[in-house]
Amino acid sequence: MNLRTGDCLQANSWVCAKFISTRSDELMSALEQHVVLTVETVLIALAISLPLAIAVRGSRRGTGVVLGLSTALYTVPSLALFGLLVPITGLRPATVIVGLVLYSLTILIRNVLTGLEKVPTDVVEAARGMGMGKLRILLTVELPLALPSIFAGIRVATVSTVALATIGYLIGEGGLGNLIHEGLTNYFKAEVLTASVLCVVLAVAFDALLVSVQYLVTPWARKRHR
Amino acid sequence: MNTINGIVDWFSDSAHWHGSDGVPARFVEHVELSAIALAIVVVVALPVALWLGHVRKGGFLAVNVSNVGRAVPTFAVLTLLALTSLGVSNLSVVLALVLFGIPPVLTNAYVGVREVDQQTVEAARGMGMTGLQQLRRVELPLAVPLVLNGVRLAAVQIVATTTIASLVAGPGLGRIIQEGFATQNQPELESGALLVVVLALLVEGGFAWLQRVVDPVRRARARTPKPPSGGEQGRPAEPSLVAAASFVGGDADTPETIS
Repeated sequence: MNLRTGDCLQANSWVCAKFISTRSDELMSALEQHVVLTVETVLIALAISLPLAIAVRGSRRGTGVVLGLSTALYTVPSLALFGLLVPITGLRPATVIVGLVLYSLTILIRNVLTGLEKVPTDVVEAARGMGMGKLRILLTVELPLALPSIFAGIRVATVSTVALATIGYLIGEGGLGNLIHEGLTNYFKAEVLTASVLCVVLAVAFDALLVSVQYLVTPWARKRHR
Repeated sequence: MNTINGIVDWFSDSAHWHGSDGVPARFVEHVELSAIALAIVVVVALPVALWLGHVRKGGFLAVNVSNVGRAVPTFAVLTLLALTSLGVSNLSVVLALVLFGIPPVLTNAYVGVREVDQQTVEAARGMGMTGLQQLRRVELPLAVPLVLNGVRLAAVQIVATTTIASLVAGPGLGRIIQEGFATQNQPELESGALLVVVLALLVEGGFAWLQRVVDPVRRARARTPKPPSGGEQGRPAEPSLVAAASFVGGDADTPETIS
């Protein structure tokens, strides 16, 4: 395995510096597509799951239906989910986003509900005793206290989305998955390994970023650990 | 409506029910490979997880292996294995399935044993039980809900990953979806997707049922007549233990994986 010369391309090595330098544009644009896909997915899922969880949490039946549906959806393999979405959204990139959003939704709704449930009732009652209205309690007491659980959900949703998005290549929107697929069809080892490693690195980077954001926005949770 | 007609037509075409790429053959392939992989996972990961939980060590590893498993795309691993000298064979597919089945079993079984009330375990030790006896007769029965939860998650994960294996020309029901995508044949890919969904829900439902039926604490409670109120024969410690254990399983910090 010679990493310095162009031989690694001819030898079809797993690790090939020349591949990375000659195809850096392509790698970067695939990475960018992957990042955009992930961020869009998680933001859309968050925008849907927060209000939905808040709306159903009061009713036992509503929570049951939402949790049951999300468990069933979670069981469906990604390839099948994309297949089932095709008649609804067609063979176009939107199908990938809709599928990824559905998975993220199931994770996020569960975690938002758990987070809100875990808020101690006496804290809520104290807030009510101070004369706070329902909306104010939700925004200034319950949601902040639910943040650790919500963040746990965002982390899982983000990391899963990065991994799942690779399948999107089937509809031409797979980010790094496009490269993995291309490498598979051309039997090009360096391309597959580089794209796969980038995928994992991207997931870890997102996770680390979210951990730091959580650290910054939940200062009260820090002191307890000392 | 067109969609439904297409799917009905696809299923009623007898050509799709015969031969090595017919529905029955693909179904058997899918179930067979998944079952083999799940058996390997249980044999390999379960003893390790139970022992780690018993000695209360290696928690970082047992819990984080699930996080790692989530970050690695199944498609990438299957592709990487396909490009090794193993090629696309039943061996390389089963290897990938095992890799993705291990994390949920390891994490859940570890947490299950670890979360068993230490006072209960100490009482067992006080009765003169050896480490293995404590594990087998006290910790394992109490950890059964979470252990089976891990096995259920692994089974669902494995069935899903087998589906993805079709993308590297592997066997199984996913092939029908993959061919549908490749030839832009919508009825075919929709029918394949439907088959996979049915299989996945059957697996999930079957294991959920098993989880309820096998739980020894639940069974013991069903056998013993209801204790008279305030009776000294009640078993107050166990229900709360089970509740605690299942809470950990459903907790936001140990979520499941998707594939």
